[in-house]
Amino acid sequence: MVRLSDLAGELRDHLLEAECHGFDTQPWVTGPPLRQRRVAIVTTAGLHTRSDRPFVLDSADYRVLPGDAQAGDLVSTHVSPNFDRTGFAQDWNIVFPLDRLRELERAGEIGSVADFHYSFMIASTPDLAEPAAHELALLLRKDRVDAVLLVPV
Amino acid sequence: MGGLGHYLESDGIPTTQISLVREHTEVMRPPRALWVPFPLGRPLGAANDPALQLRVLRAALALLEAPEGPVLEDFPDEAAGGKDDGAEAPWACPIPLQREPEADDGPATVFRRELRGLQPWYDRACEQRGHTTVGASGLGISDLAEFLLAFLEDTAPTNPCTQLPLELALKAAAEDLKTLYFEAVTAQPGDASPTPAALDDWFWQETHAGQLLMEIKRHCVKSQDPALAMIANFMIVPVARSSWE
Repeated sequence: MVRLSDLAGELRDHLLEAECHGFDTQPWVTGPPLRQRRVAIVTTAGLHTRSDRPFVLDSADYRVLPGDAQAGDLVSTHVSPNFDRTGFAQDWNIVFPLDRLRELERAGEIGSVADFHYSFMIASTPDLAEPAAHELALLLRKDRVDAVLLVPV
Repeated sequence: MGGLGHYLESDGIPTTQISLVREHTEVMRPPRALWVPFPLGRPLGAANDPALQLRVLRAALALLEAPEGPVLEDFPDEAAGGKDDGAEAPWACPIPLQREPEADDGPATVFRRELRGLQPWYDRACEQRGHTTVGASGLGISDLAEFLLAFLEDTAPTNPCTQLPLELALKAAAEDLKTLYFEAVTAQPGDASPTPAALDDWFWQETHAGQLLMEIKRHCVKSQDPALAMIANFMIVPVARSSWE
């Protein structure tokens, strides 16, 4: 798991049908040593605070996950039924490793944890999320983030 | 996911990502990616296993110090948590749910009975963990159950969710029901961390709730409302279960 060859036929076919393409350019940005970096998490688990707007079909925008959120503050309204949610039900770190990131901060392995993190859903083509991603870059820069951990489901 | 990495990096923000489907990452070639051998939905490996989660996190963050890219590395811990290789003993719900209804029981009655039986375990789970991830629909448990049951009688029941259109209220309620069952059953005695496949098999093969969601799908795919029919067809029952119906 999860090489496509390991998956059951229906799910493998479903993933093979997903729109997926490369890019003409290969951006590459360097930064300071990891122990000086400020790290934010961006997940595609469809997470949001309980009071925020649920994700809907083809949502290509993002939701803000405050850095002081607790596990019980977040729910997922990702529309796909084709990934495991039982892990998240037991431990949010399995999709949103904020507790682990805080531990690395305390141990001095990273510089700091960002004040805000973000969630997309992106159940369809990633191109749809490009405008929101560029907007997000502005917010991340404002938060002095120089390392983003992207976490899929 | 690879698209987000590309766009953020293009805007000057360094990124590293976890990859769950290696073949997709090979095509998209984001700046830095760590492929992990875990099930979809479990990118950090296993619930309540901080040591494994830290190993994954450190390996993904270490790619930020790679001298050049794009980088696609494999997490070396092939046998880590959540792997369904069939080697472990089969997991079983410690309290088997009665699948055979009594003569006069309809699907609504057996479902309500099953839910009542699990509710104390769900309460226990909330108490143990200090929180719940049920709540996508915003409905209480009783309202959630009755809303789902209403779809068996009418494909356009009253929508109790103020924030969502009917089809997405159905979707959110279905996910809340599954989550409630998973939180409840993992609070029962025995193995607290069964594999995703074991829990999935249990829900879809052994519970009346699973049968209810399959029945709702069968019922609502015939709806004249195209959005409801689409959600029912693709978003309620996992694609891997579709051939079982």
